Amino acid sequence: MSGPSTYKPGSGVEKWLDDRLPIIRLGYDSFVDFPTPRNLNYWWTFGGILAVFLMIQILSGIVLAMHYVAHEDYAFDSVQRITRDVPFGWLIQSMHANGASFFFVAVYLHMFRGLYYGSYKAPREILWILGVVIYLLMMATGFMGYVLPWGQMSYWGAMVITNLIGALPFVGDAIREWLWGGFSVGQATLNRFFSLHYLLPFVIAAVVGLHIWALHVPGNGNPVGLDVRKGDAGKKDTLPFHPYYTVKDGFAIIVYLMIFAVFVFFLPTVLGHADNYIEANPLSTPAHIVPEWYYLPFYAILRAITFDIGPIDAKLGGVLAMFGAIGILFVLPWLDTSKVRSMRYRPLTRWFFIFFVVAALGLGWCGAVNPDDYVMGITGFKFLYLGQFLTFYYFAYFIVVLPVLGIIEKPKERPASIEAAVLGTDKA
Amino acid sequence: MKMTRIFAAAIAALGFAGTAAAFEGEQHAPHEHHWHHDGPFGTYDTQAVQRGYQVYQEVCASCHSMDLMRFRNLGQQGGPFASEEFPNPNDNLIVMQIAASYTRVWDQDEVNDDGDPVERPGLPSDAFPAPFANEQMARASNGGAYPPDLSLIVKARSHGENYLYSLLTGYEEAPADSHLAPGQYYNPYFPGGAIAMAPPLADGIIEYADGTEATLEQMAEDVTTFLSWAGDPHMETRKQMGVMVLIYLLIFAILVYLAYRQVWANVKH
Repeated sequence: MSGPSTYKPGSGVEKWLDDRLPIIRLGYDSFVDFPTPRNLNYWWTFGGILAVFLMIQILSGIVLAMHYVAHEDYAFDSVQRITRDVPFGWLIQSMHANGASFFFVAVYLHMFRGLYYGSYKAPREILWILGVVIYLLMMATGFMGYVLPWGQMSYWGAMVITNLIGALPFVGDAIREWLWGGFSVGQATLNRFFSLHYLLPFVIAAVVGLHIWALHVPGNGNPVGLDVRKGDAGKKDTLPFHPYYTVKDGFAIIVYLMIFAVFVFFLPTVLGHADNYIEANPLSTPAHIVPEWYYLPFYAILRAITFDIGPIDAKLGGVLAMFGAIGILFVLPWLDTSKVRSMRYRPLTRWFFIFFVVAALGLGWCGAVNPDDYVMGITGFKFLYLGQFLTFYYFAYFIVVLPVLGIIEKPKERPASIEAAVLGTDKA
Repeated sequence: MKMTRIFAAAIAALGFAGTAAAFEGEQHAPHEHHWHHDGPFGTYDTQAVQRGYQVYQEVCASCHSMDLMRFRNLGQQGGPFASEEFPNPNDNLIVMQIAASYTRVWDQDEVNDDGDPVERPGLPSDAFPAPFANEQMARASNGGAYPPDLSLIVKARSHGENYLYSLLTGYEEAPADSHLAPGQYYNPYFPGGAIAMAPPLADGIIEYADGTEATLEQMAEDVTTFLSWAGDPHMETRKQMGVMVLIYLLIFAILVYLAYRQVWANVKH
């Protein structure tokens, strides 16, 4: 952890334990005395919120797994039995299904925070990459979890996504059959998805451990993007994590839980799709197959590539673009050439970032609708074209905007230190 | 508070993106009907659920199954025949009577000493009897169409209750340019407009046990309320608990916010 440990065992038992397994010391140094920049705003509370939601998902999921039957004939009914006959099953199921959405809302806000304040820049590249790994694992877990209730959207969503693998040249078909465990989405697929859906959250928890470890080496970034000063001056830049940030995070977590409760108790089905209350039927394809909302931007990118690029046909191109949209996040730390972390001091890039957020939301919109429909009824302006434009911008932001602006942009003057920023000598 | 607004806006934006699934082209948008169980405090109109069960039993059940329902559900907390006298719905006399009014083979695995399936009166633990043994038989009796199971029908259609009510009351004379196959009926609220279900309800086709006049609108509203309850039988408990949870979290949030102000009072940040 950053800085020497200041833990002093308070009792004989703690001393005895500390000499053998310094676990209390680890907790103290990490979550009590840990020096944290004093200027963190509420965008920094999503890390704690995410930890809470990972626990909610794991605990509610373990209970659901006690009652769930991973069989193509019984899966749909078993989920219904949970909501009807298991004591408080309706509550646990609603928490788990809506919890996934709230987990993703939090992770997106956490990622946008990182993008805006340059949290991916040196010395936090590994921290960022571990975050992208967690996000990928969340996507896989969420996708497989959505298949388990075995409704129409579960089944056909699984069909569409696994079919993407078939777009790979030469090996696509073989890999797809291997994933399915047969020649279509079926019993074998459901069973293995259940197994993996139970496994991956624990992998996520392990990577979260690494993520926090990597966080605690350089410490938190902060809104002005300056390093905590070395030595005694650094003390004026920071506050101990407890009580300052435990209480601030705690407040944010409770407010977030209130919004969560509104959905769990009063709007339990609005984030889902009506078709998923129809049992999976391989003989009847729904009129519109849409994934869960948190995949919609990537679904729009997938569908934006409608043309062949040299030897790459449109389908493979779409798949590559979709995976590339996440893959590019892995190399982001080396694409942004600016030494300035916080966008507060990057007057030009800031606007490109704001439009990046708009583009991401816009892609979500494109993913939800039929690509041949017209945007707001404007004849000729298909959602497909909007999706293509926004996809172009998505990649251009990483490949062109960040590398170029980092060189040509003249950043605003930054305060001398975090302390100076807090004391109001800086109004940025 | 500013932060709450940001949260709410973000979730609203993302929620909108998620539910804005495309709607079928020529389909009429359903009526906005007011339901007793709308809103955060809305409860089911028990009388309507009871009447709706009668409509289901006398009209819908001749073609539509409700596989997820058991007779005992009718007497459980929040159900149409719930009674404080019988906290265990399996002891509920009305429920027992309803179940016993059906005599049939309930389970092919339930056999006598000769190995033959047993025919007996129903028990509260038995499922609502399905009108057809399997999909093929259902299709054969319905001109090739398969009447969907109604256990979750309100949740399984976008616009839920409003869709169902509009559909049940929305049959019209087919316009001249519509191409209806034999055995199809025109209903502009149904995707595509051609529906295989004959208009199921008409004024006075049943006689309500409670004496309510059985108009088309009345029956449509009642049966929709019943099906809404059947799809979400714990709604009332859910909403009540939600109110308590939100009050609890609100008080908790205020206390933590005050603690936050206190802790940070002398710290510039």
